[in-house]
Amino acid sequence: MSSLPSSFTRPLRAAVRKVARPVNVSSGERWLSTIAGTALAVYGISRRRFWGGALALIGAGLAWRGATGHCDIYASLGINRSEKKTTLVEETVTVNRPADELYRFWRNLENLSQVFEHVLAVTEIDRRLSRWVARAPAGATVEWDAEIVADREGEVLAWRTREDSDVLHRGSIRFRPAGEGRGTVVALSLEYEPPAGKAGVAVAKMLGEDPETQIREDLRRFKQICEAGEVPTTEGQPAGGRRNRETSRRHEKEGRQRASCPLPDQPEVSREQGRAS
Amino acid sequence: MKALCWYGRKDVRVETVPDPEILAPRDAIVKITSTAICGSDLHLYDGFIPTMQAGDILGHEFMGEVVEVGKANTRLKVGDRVVVPFTISCGGCFFCQKGLFSACDNTNPNAALADKLYGYSGAGIFGYSHLYGGYAGGQAEYARVPFAQVGPLKLPRNLTDEQVLFLSDIFPTGYMAAENCNIERGDTVAIWGAGPVGQFAIRSAFLLGAGRVFAIDDVPERLRLAEEGGAIAIDDGDEDVLNRLDEETGGLGPDSCMDAVGMEAHGKGLQAAYDRIKQSVRLETDRPGVLRMAIQACRKGGTVSIPGVYGGLIDKVPIGAAFAKGITLKMGQTHVQRYLRPLLERVEKGEIDPSFVVSHRMSLDDAPAAYAMFRSREDGCTKVVLKP
Repeated sequence: MSSLPSSFTRPLRAAVRKVARPVNVSSGERWLSTIAGTALAVYGISRRRFWGGALALIGAGLAWRGATGHCDIYASLGINRSEKKTTLVEETVTVNRPADELYRFWRNLENLSQVFEHVLAVTEIDRRLSRWVARAPAGATVEWDAEIVADREGEVLAWRTREDSDVLHRGSIRFRPAGEGRGTVVALSLEYEPPAGKAGVAVAKMLGEDPETQIREDLRRFKQICEAGEVPTTEGQPAGGRRNRETSRRHEKEGRQRASCPLPDQPEVSREQGRAS
Repeated sequence: MKALCWYGRKDVRVETVPDPEILAPRDAIVKITSTAICGSDLHLYDGFIPTMQAGDILGHEFMGEVVEVGKANTRLKVGDRVVVPFTISCGGCFFCQKGLFSACDNTNPNAALADKLYGYSGAGIFGYSHLYGGYAGGQAEYARVPFAQVGPLKLPRNLTDEQVLFLSDIFPTGYMAAENCNIERGDTVAIWGAGPVGQFAIRSAFLLGAGRVFAIDDVPERLRLAEEGGAIAIDDGDEDVLNRLDEETGGLGPDSCMDAVGMEAHGKGLQAAYDRIKQSVRLETDRPGVLRMAIQACRKGGTVSIPGVYGGLIDKVPIGAAFAKGITLKMGQTHVQRYLRPLLERVEKGEIDPSFVVSHRMSLDDAPAAYAMFRSREDGCTKVVLKP
């Protein structure tokens, strides 16, 4: 049902969740059930006869089954066709630094906001517990608490969200020496169960449409920080034509222009400033 | 500041753009005193390098004076005179530590893109498409030099700009190409392309012990310059190159052959026409006419060295000949940082004066005209140095 507009489904889902039992119907089948059921109900009502009424009742039942995703017949037969699965992403990178050093970087969880593109901050509450703040869609943020469940110095660090959290998420990072003078093989594994409310959406977004690519890029950033001491960037460099306009404005404002020649595209601001003074 | 911006095929313009600023703690800003147009810039000018964007600032051969350094840069200080390698390297990865600076893991912000195309991304390069990082180049008044803790070489004051400018690219590129030839004392080396890289390769081959060097080209000025460097000139406009090389080496073939031309080889006859047509309809991205000849000419067990730039896919390369003769192929972007000091020493000792290659000195304002002239090899144009 995920492709319906959320403004429509949100109140419906909330209402449904209160009375419904576990989802055991696949999403395609739920669609079919809802549409066919509604059509049948409308047709039945339009007949205004006993059989029409019966058809309407069957239709309503089908529609309800579609909306709730719970089918009593499936339940009594022990069938579950819902496709709620965990997403598991695993990526590996070789970093030209000793395992201990990389472990220490990672164990200082607050560093991880530099690694994960969508994580804004990680705060350690104590040695075991940490609070994560991540970017959510539409400029919002979302938070969850994670606890460390495995910690072997220089080898492995694993964490998972607490049970009362609305994000179901597990992760681990493993460090293995790559061999003579070749640094450390670092393996990151992330697992999450979609969807689990707003926070779950944020975790899903953190992993993007292509979770493997996202995680590979996050690990690349980790490697760059540890090997090169910085993440390479060209953001804010000059370019010709339309692309320079924003930088020009900023430079003009901050009086940063060094060369003798003035910049084209004088910003509108200066005219307004003139008027104000 | 003024900078040369790329807008499309044969469309480059000098424009006023914002000055560069420090973006990372080990950056430096260099006020450029001399900058050159590279033969490989012509591949951009001709529109054969993908992932260029309108407004990109070109130029990867430049030098000048440091005017600002980032907080964490402890190596450079304001006032230092430096030449900047065209490859941007981090110094800390496996490849940098092996001296394979152009294979640096950490300096290409668009590494994911290059990973897709090439398997693994190499180093970022100034002014050479977004595939290579999209860094603004040095045909400008100022340039931001990222990872400036690692790349730039401090220069003594007693050498002129033109004696040291080419340490940024073509001198090391020609030298590495000659090193890649696996030259043994007295060897014969055949070099296709007597452009600036070819010229440095000729001189480097002799420095490395070559007995004879053949220079193959069809531009008279370049052949003359090659002869001045000690090479034997072969004009492929009026000679059958393969025959001549076979005769000159007593039926053995040159020990090493070098393709210092790359993806836009002109060539003659049916195969050249075939390449042009395939390239124009995008069935082939690069024209490998010279590479084919180099493989064909090379002696058994010899080496083919490829400093000429290739970007994509080529057809009808005689891999059978290369296999049958047991040829070694060596190629790649130059590991510039590895050669900076040793080659500066050779310049200081007077073993070579790189300024010999300069044919034109122009103002940055005239850069578009300089590109057009260099492209058509008019007026004996071998190498243009621009003064901002």
